[in-house]
Amino acid sequence: MSTAAQEPTATRTTSGIAIEDLRIGLTARPGVDVVDDIDLVLRPGEVVGLVGESGSGKTTVGTALLGYTRAGAAIERGKILFEDKDVLGLPWQQVRQLRGEEIAYVPQDPASALNPAIRIGRQIVELMELRGLGTDESRLQGARDGLAEVGLPNDDEFLRRYSHQLSGGQVQRVALAMAFLPKPKVLVLDEPTTGLDVTTQGMVLQTMGELCRTHGVAALYVTHDLAVIANIADRVAVMYAGQIAELGDRDTIFQSPTHPYTRALLDSIPHLSQARALSGIPGRTPAPGARPSGCRFNDRCEYAIDECRAAVPELHDVTPGHSVRCIRAGEIGTWDISRGTVPDTDPDKKRDIILSLEDLGVFYGHKQVVFDVNFDLGRAEVVALVGESGSGKTTISRCVGGLHKEWTGTIAFEGNQLGHGSRKRSVDDRKRIQYIFQNPYLSLNPRLTIEQIVKRPMELFGIASGKAATERVVELLDQVALGPAVLKYQASRLSGGERQRVAIARALAAEPDVLVCDEITSALDVSVQGSIVALLESLRVSRGISMLFVTHNLALVRSIADRVQILNTGRVVESGPVVQVMESPQEEYTKRLLANSPRID
Amino acid sequence: MSVDVAPVEHAFEEVAPPKGRHGAAAWVSWIARRLGLAVLTLWLVSILVFVATTALGDPVRAILGKDYNSDKARVAQLTAQLNLDESLVTRYFHWLGNFLTGDFGTSIANQQPVAGQIGDNVVNTLVLVAISAIVMIPVAFGIAMISTNYRRRRPDTVIQTILLMLAALPEFVVGILLVAIFSTTVFHWLPAVTISGPGQHPWNEPKTMILPVATLVLAVAPYVSRIVRANLLEVLDSDYVELARLKGIPERVVMRKHALLNAIVPGIQVIALQLAWLAGGVVLVEKVFNYPGVGNQLVDSVQNHDVPMVQALTLIIAGVYVVVNLVADLLSILLTPRARTAISS
Repeated sequence: MSTAAQEPTATRTTSGIAIEDLRIGLTARPGVDVVDDIDLVLRPGEVVGLVGESGSGKTTVGTALLGYTRAGAAIERGKILFEDKDVLGLPWQQVRQLRGEEIAYVPQDPASALNPAIRIGRQIVELMELRGLGTDESRLQGARDGLAEVGLPNDDEFLRRYSHQLSGGQVQRVALAMAFLPKPKVLVLDEPTTGLDVTTQGMVLQTMGELCRTHGVAALYVTHDLAVIANIADRVAVMYAGQIAELGDRDTIFQSPTHPYTRALLDSIPHLSQARALSGIPGRTPAPGARPSGCRFNDRCEYAIDECRAAVPELHDVTPGHSVRCIRAGEIGTWDISRGTVPDTDPDKKRDIILSLEDLGVFYGHKQVVFDVNFDLGRAEVVALVGESGSGKTTISRCVGGLHKEWTGTIAFEGNQLGHGSRKRSVDDRKRIQYIFQNPYLSLNPRLTIEQIVKRPMELFGIASGKAATERVVELLDQVALGPAVLKYQASRLSGGERQRVAIARALAAEPDVLVCDEITSALDVSVQGSIVALLESLRVSRGISMLFVTHNLALVRSIADRVQILNTGRVVESGPVVQVMESPQEEYTKRLLANSPRID
Repeated sequence: MSVDVAPVEHAFEEVAPPKGRHGAAAWVSWIARRLGLAVLTLWLVSILVFVATTALGDPVRAILGKDYNSDKARVAQLTAQLNLDESLVTRYFHWLGNFLTGDFGTSIANQQPVAGQIGDNVVNTLVLVAISAIVMIPVAFGIAMISTNYRRRRPDTVIQTILLMLAALPEFVVGILLVAIFSTTVFHWLPAVTISGPGQHPWNEPKTMILPVATLVLAVAPYVSRIVRANLLEVLDSDYVELARLKGIPERVVMRKHALLNAIVPGIQVIALQLAWLAGGVVLVEKVFNYPGVGNQLVDSVQNHDVPMVQALTLIIAGVYVVVNLVADLLSILLTPRARTAISS
């Protein structure tokens, strides 16, 4: 049966933690579960990756280990066994006593999870002070040692800082140091590297892994990023719609994934080592209450048969230590990691230049943030701008898109100089260069319907109006794989991926020649990213659209771009065809970026 | 503005440390700027007050009414007293100069110096407001915390309903109710009105202060409490409060140290506005309790067309507004590390 059931004695004798038959429901809707039938064992010194898309219930499972649920949810069934005790059965005073000291939590977004009004030195020692553990001196020394362990300064000046005086990576490592200080036996990490640069992420992951292994901590690493999991986890649990779909050793999961969902997820993530034709998973992750009966993945599964809809499959072992919740696990063949590999773009391919930047310098007030940038973009070509935060990649794209005015040098579109800022550009230039923003939750007007949103550029540029425009909207929505049903919806009814498709449809409505895509997949789940990338690729091929693709994800660059510009602190450090830059990087900075990028291949 | 970036080992060490050396100078310049703005505000208020009270129409005619045509001697005397034969600008600066040197002029109604007449009342009002504030702030925060603790459950709903009811009642109704309950109809514990002779302050008889203070507290605490509760709820939903709970911090410490500290700032701003409003003289409350405060006096002076009195009282009230808000801004910044460090660096 389940892993936990196989090792009932092991959970009692080690100091790990075990989840048994956990079910968490919504208090307002009895009978609807957020997560169900969760069995998972965390052994000391082991990092278990819990991976899933947004809405899969992974964070809910993570905080349940601390006997905590968010408002509106309640634990209905199950046990959390820790040192012969059931955490869920303990009185709340004892649960609180366990928290922090025995079972610690590292939050998702530490920038907002550290109290803005308390100095970090005090926050780190706060818990031990309240519990009266150690003396003032020993606690302070512990805080200093902890900060040193995570590679941060530990002088008085640093301890006296507030969280807003730290960078994202520093805040994250402060949160790690804080969690480790009371020497917990179990650690729950909730996407602790989301939003960090690859180098910072690499550093945090390494620190975390070392700390867990040296201190014998059992860690649950919750994330949506399979590539990160591949780098730090010993075992992996894949969650889908509130259940564990597949559970096994890391190598097993990445080399012979058995559940169709795991395979689909792996198919949707880009590799550093080779270009791939990415694919998404059709449909969307169902919310609690909207999940199909039977196997919860059946409505999106390409292997689904009638039996899959009949009953919820059990999580059963296919090999020892590898269990799968799929009745067809043995029948659907094997999976290969290089599935979907496509050749890189030929570096010698002939190019027809449509957009070129010469000596671009960008200023914010008197401060220059981008220096001497030169590159060009060919027709039906994708050029990626890659760099860490603060490298100037978005700034450059905003200049091209006409959103930022303070620049010097030349931006030429088909040989004609483009104006500074969109007000100084001709209608035609504005129409032919379209911008897609990073965050689809903010870039669509919440008061307009999708039809109005997509129709707007057509009316603005006189492409179509009235009934003809509506027909074009339907056509465009179809191209971005949205049905006509969404026409009358407002953006709030759509998921993140659907919203980004609407944003793309809106850009396409102007019939552009160049799309400026600013981190357009970074707010989305990997499976959604896969389908968006597939969509962009088909648009490039069918319409000959060129794209300036801003991203921090090098693996994604490999799959989507023809050429790449690596940026660091406002300067291009390396550029060229993707295959050249990524196969034989010349610059130290590029090599460092590549080395720190998490990879699954 | 150039930013010095020290050579750093890693890209993630690039946040500059707070610059302590320049802190003191930065604070001094910040406070100097705010004081300058406060003075500017008061100066603009003084122009408005002066123009509104003397320049619009003929003040002598306004003061004398029907007697204007019959009593020529009085007209001449008032014209001289108000310097009406001089130009408006000269009069203004003359008045402002006198005001700044502490000479508030002479009351038209009884020909006594203004300063002597209003001094006691100003002190009376300030003391009333101060006592009310000292009682009101802990009460409002306490109610907010209790209410938050029972968020969206029965006790919270009951508290919120009562607060809304109190906020909706005019303060003099509350005052009359209190008088009815504690002084006249139900019980006879407390004096219904303040009786204080000249040169005597109401607090010489502490019992008489209880009902006015209670009325003001009931008038103001609901607003403050509701604002603080709303902020507390928002803060309690924040990631850092969730982390504090997951870290195993006891709930009362979470509330006191993690939540309240971050919810207090909007509360301070509301408290400042409410206190300044009280200082403006809650005329009706003063009427109900016959409290010798500035509100009563201001109303009387306006009725008597006693221009110098009105001018002095209005400027003092404006001064209290400015000072209270300045203090609130300063406190808000001191309690918000992000704002505080932004000034000192």
